[in-house]
Amino acid sequence: MKLAYWMYAGPAHIGTLRVLSSFKNVHAIMHAPLGDDYFNVMRSMLERERDFTPVTASIVDRHVLARGSQEKVVENITRKDKEECPDLIVLTPTCTSSILQEDLQNFVNRAAFESSSDVLLADVNHYRVNELQAADRTLEQIVRFYLEKNKKEMKKTNSSDFNEISKTTKPSANILGMFTLGFHNQHDCRELKRLLNDLGIEVNEVIPEGGSVKNLKNLPKAWFNLVPYREVGLMTALYLEKEFGMPYIDITPMGLIETAACIRQISSVLKKVSSSLDSEKFVFSEKSFCFENYIDQQTRFVSGAAWFSRSIDCQNLTGKKAVVFADATHAACMTKILVREMGIRVVCAGTYCKQDADWFREQVWGFCDEVLITDDHTQVGDMIARLEPAALFGTQMERHVGKRLDIPCGVISAPVHIQNFPLGYRPFLGYEGTNQIADLVYNSFTLGMEDHMLEIFSGHDTKEVITKSLSTEAGFTWSSDGLAELNRIPGFVRGKVKRNTEKFARENGIFEINVEVMYAAKEAAGA
Amino acid sequence: MLQKTNPNETLKFECETGNYHTFCPISCVAWLYQKIEDSFFLVIGTKTCGYFLQNALGVMIFAEPRYAMAELEEADISAQLNDYKELKRLCLQIKQDRNPSVLVWIGTCTTEIIKMDLEGMAPRLEAEISLPIVVARANGLDYAFTQGEDTVLAAMAARCPERTVLNSLDSQKKENFSSSSLPALAQKGVQKESEYVDHPPLVLFGSLPSTVCQQLTLELKRQGIKVSGWLPAQRYSELPVLGEGVYVCGVNPFLSRTAMTLMRRRKCHLIGAPFPIGHDGTRAWIEKICSVFNVIPQGLEERESKISNGLTEYLNLIRGKSVFFMGDNILEVSLARFLIRCGMIVTEIGIPYMDRRFQAAELALLEKTCLDMNVPMPRIVEKPDNALQILRIRELLPDLVITGMAHCNPLEARGINTKWSVEFTFAQIHGFVNAREVLELVTRPLRRNQAIDSFLNIKEKKNISLFVKEG
Repeated sequence: MKLAYWMYAGPAHIGTLRVLSSFKNVHAIMHAPLGDDYFNVMRSMLERERDFTPVTASIVDRHVLARGSQEKVVENITRKDKEECPDLIVLTPTCTSSILQEDLQNFVNRAAFESSSDVLLADVNHYRVNELQAADRTLEQIVRFYLEKNKKEMKKTNSSDFNEISKTTKPSANILGMFTLGFHNQHDCRELKRLLNDLGIEVNEVIPEGGSVKNLKNLPKAWFNLVPYREVGLMTALYLEKEFGMPYIDITPMGLIETAACIRQISSVLKKVSSSLDSEKFVFSEKSFCFENYIDQQTRFVSGAAWFSRSIDCQNLTGKKAVVFADATHAACMTKILVREMGIRVVCAGTYCKQDADWFREQVWGFCDEVLITDDHTQVGDMIARLEPAALFGTQMERHVGKRLDIPCGVISAPVHIQNFPLGYRPFLGYEGTNQIADLVYNSFTLGMEDHMLEIFSGHDTKEVITKSLSTEAGFTWSSDGLAELNRIPGFVRGKVKRNTEKFARENGIFEINVEVMYAAKEAAGA
Repeated sequence: MLQKTNPNETLKFECETGNYHTFCPISCVAWLYQKIEDSFFLVIGTKTCGYFLQNALGVMIFAEPRYAMAELEEADISAQLNDYKELKRLCLQIKQDRNPSVLVWIGTCTTEIIKMDLEGMAPRLEAEISLPIVVARANGLDYAFTQGEDTVLAAMAARCPERTVLNSLDSQKKENFSSSSLPALAQKGVQKESEYVDHPPLVLFGSLPSTVCQQLTLELKRQGIKVSGWLPAQRYSELPVLGEGVYVCGVNPFLSRTAMTLMRRRKCHLIGAPFPIGHDGTRAWIEKICSVFNVIPQGLEERESKISNGLTEYLNLIRGKSVFFMGDNILEVSLARFLIRCGMIVTEIGIPYMDRRFQAAELALLEKTCLDMNVPMPRIVEKPDNALQILRIRELLPDLVITGMAHCNPLEARGINTKWSVEFTFAQIHGFVNAREVLELVTRPLRRNQAIDSFLNIKEKKNISLFVKEG
């Protein structure tokens, strides 16, 4: 047992449902007790979804405990099949069904017999995988199912082009891993489509968001797969590589340097693929795969980020301390952007994607002072309190920690609130994404001149000092002159000075803090 | 305009498949930990439960809540770890960090399925760590949403101090209900005695915000009736005295288990009254309590009509409009009855669970209200089926659908006004004063639309009615 107040990644079935409800005309049936269908609430509230979320529950109640689900699951599947005629119905197990150990596969087989839609059992184990891993797995499962189904059908019809999958005449790509309730996924998707379009590459399929399972058989027609996020889509890409020899690109185009790296990778992949194709049937020239000019143009003139990091504004950020904590993709990319593109010092980079710890360490190696891999938010909070960075980049949880410690925070990854589903265009990927990130970073730090003014004029706020330490360690009295002095210290470092002084007082057994103690503490700290 | 009511018509009860959306009953920790100030709620369940609480309770999680998950891991499920030892470890940690006066264990679906003997372990552990442990099985296998509170209060009822035999044998005149310990307090009680009529002790049950408790207590005080205590009280240490001869009355319609426990286990007399929701309900509630104690209520009629007159602006908005309750929190019958009194027409009352005995007085008042207002009796659908309900909504096109968040936005996109039902659980809706609050909630979508529509010309209005693409 584990004492837990908050979690970064949800339970497995949430990941499965996110993938399923992203597809068009796919219905999920959860084998779950009453009240477990709050996924519908999340989707309806956070995404402000206009349509009914295609998820229903086959309720597990006392009767099911006593006698088993029996006909119930099959009835629910066949009923949904008649009511909504989906292309695919997926039975989704939950934590409850995984301990009941009913033979759900058997129900699925029976229901498949009676219904006109395809019926599958989601292959996820609640106790082994989390939301993100489950999403990755489910996506692969569905792609595999439809490609194998297609293979069988082609064999049956003795189709001659079974072995020879025809590639599209123009260079094309699949985008894997865009899905509902993802962090800024819809905006990222639009930005990636624009990027590919600029490069003269057609978008073959985007899955699962807005995709149809009927079109999955077209996946192998693309020249390559683009997997923008580390967490979801990689398994599918690996499967497609193994089965169809499709190359994939897993460099996240986030930040100027990574975007350029991603585009260069695309170029080399295209060159490789084109060399294996019979050039007469296809519309391309070797020259068209050279994107260096495009990268240069975009970097210098379209994106404002490169110029921003050279501008006077960004100078003020030099060497400022930041902490990054998020999912593996966003935390790694953000760390690199802060360090390489803005000259900010990342004192700690961390992720809650424990399953991807090795990859993460490798990515941020050399870019930060320490690495934190944990899914315990109190550990993250303590780390932030200890390091006292000037800004945070994290999830909603870090935003709240920041609020308590009076440290500004930019939200860069899920878990998220409704405010992270903005109506305006806010991609994190591609060249427009670099602009958005630059704004986010700049607005998170106290603005440059404001900073100076506060320092010179000893702050302009005369509000009372509030204790901002995470742990409530009272026991000190501040004399009036001590408080007055504390108030003279600029707001953004006041908390730090207060904590340092109290630390000093504790070490020296002083209980009343006056100006003298403050000065002594300052001397002791050597600053 | 309306079909006239057949005077012989009675309420129609139906039961559907139970495929409906509601909150898991563990959500009761959200309001109970705030109500019982010195408590700590430990939900023994899985990531699924934790994720629900985290998402359903939103921002509250960041205010150092006095609740936590004991998250079961694979080793717990397969019994490789000893439940007792594990719980002891966590409970000691909580005791050290938060030092609560009571620990409430919330059993979930998982603890039911793996048959974790919480009720058996609690007394042992309680003795070992000297901290009271109350066990409530608020799981989704058996209960819906607000019934979670019912299971907790039923368990709490067993912890209330017993009324001493001496006291109950004593003549009622000498009785002093707050005589528990402090002589100073007892003195005060004696002084105030004159304001009250002589009657056996009355304890109210149901968790309400303290201001609402105060309002209802004062409401009864005006009639000379003294409220000896509330279950739950503001603090665990202040739980009311129960026992033979104590009268109890519920303030919420979902408390049937608690009522049963109070009657059977604690030998209390249950006053079956309509619930004090809306001005009509509050009046009926007070009248019923008065009648049990042989008190003739004073000035209730004037008070009701005064409140009702103050609501005119709202009543003008809703008169003749139709409401459809999809059902998820068991407040539906009381709310429907109030809205009918306000001039609305209720087409369907969906409800997760209908205890016809506990709600008998409320159902009778609903029937009477329908006859008074001359509107058709609504159908009451227990364990509704949301898919079928949506078909009915499409057919009936009600002016307002009261439903869970899962359906609100999709219905709004189809041009149907909705009100999120959970708000009725969290808003202050009890007593005369708060009748306004209920109507404030009910009319909000209507007022919003009026506000927006008043700036649109007719052409745009047509286009805006549907926000969903065809096909």
